[in-house]
Amino acid sequence: MSEQLIIAGKPYHSRLLVGTGKYKDFAETRAAIDASGAQIVTVAIRRTNIGQTAGEPSLLEFLPPEEFTYLPNTAGCYSADDAVRTLRLARELLDGHQLVKLEVLGDPKTLYPNVIETISAAKVLVKDGFEVMVYTSDDPIIAKQLEDIGCCAVMPLASLIGSGMGILNPWNLQIIIENAKIPVLVDAGVGCAGDAAIAMELGCDGVLMNTAIAAARDPIMMAGAMKKAIEAGRESYLAGRMPKKLYSASPSSPTSGMIG
Amino acid sequence: MKISINGNVKQFDDEALTVSALVMTLNLTGKRLAIENNGEIVPRSQFSETKLQDGDMLEIVGAVGGG
Repeated sequence: MSEQLIIAGKPYHSRLLVGTGKYKDFAETRAAIDASGAQIVTVAIRRTNIGQTAGEPSLLEFLPPEEFTYLPNTAGCYSADDAVRTLRLARELLDGHQLVKLEVLGDPKTLYPNVIETISAAKVLVKDGFEVMVYTSDDPIIAKQLEDIGCCAVMPLASLIGSGMGILNPWNLQIIIENAKIPVLVDAGVGCAGDAAIAMELGCDGVLMNTAIAAARDPIMMAGAMKKAIEAGRESYLAGRMPKKLYSASPSSPTSGMIG
Repeated sequence: MKISINGNVKQFDDEALTVSALVMTLNLTGKRLAIENNGEIVPRSQFSETKLQDGDMLEIVGAVGGG
């Protein structure tokens, strides 16, 4: 399909964005990402190991930044200040790279986003020249505010991070999609390929996931399933579904020419 | 002098230690990393001319797997 996802002015043929956490090792990370066809991969920014483990392989060796678009995140940040600080380090780390994923959490138990801190971080980051893809709740008003601030994509949750509960409020997602002039991606909560297809059929521009692939029994097979689900869901959305009716007096086979 | 690196205080005998010399001492040369000193980012281009001082607090970070 020729139609592409445009984020911050750059086209991508894959509408599936994937995380790089929770895999057995870097080889499995790489194999799963290859199977997913994803072009944008999220990474976390953490303290470098100092000392005995200094020589161990790094994620970047398995996923060269020349091959993938890195999306550094602010996972684990609970304040706007920490999130901004993390992404400034990420920009330095990745040679001035501006595309980032902002997430500010409100609670370590549920990992529910703190939208107030998220909004204040988004303002600072946009002003500072970042292209901000922002993780948020499925509140349509907050999503619109984040767009108005200048974020380049809004990423409401389907359900809580790592829960695999699927899309809990398709109606809110529909309102967000209907109101948005920037790409809307579902981020978090997708559990299986069916969930990803539903997100795309709702009209989402893409889906970002990590645990649904990494925590599958066979992550590489699931990565392939997700790729197909995203493509199928997108085509189903574009093709336009038939209207739902409680029943139909219009069978698929002709009513004339019956024997007897 | 004493420098805090990622929350651990380390003692260094060299009083004229630069960021690039420190990176070499820690066997991190060639690694992709970003460094913050006392809350301010030290651009990679300034590693060799940035001198460290007693009590400096460094954060040295890299990219790891995450969602």
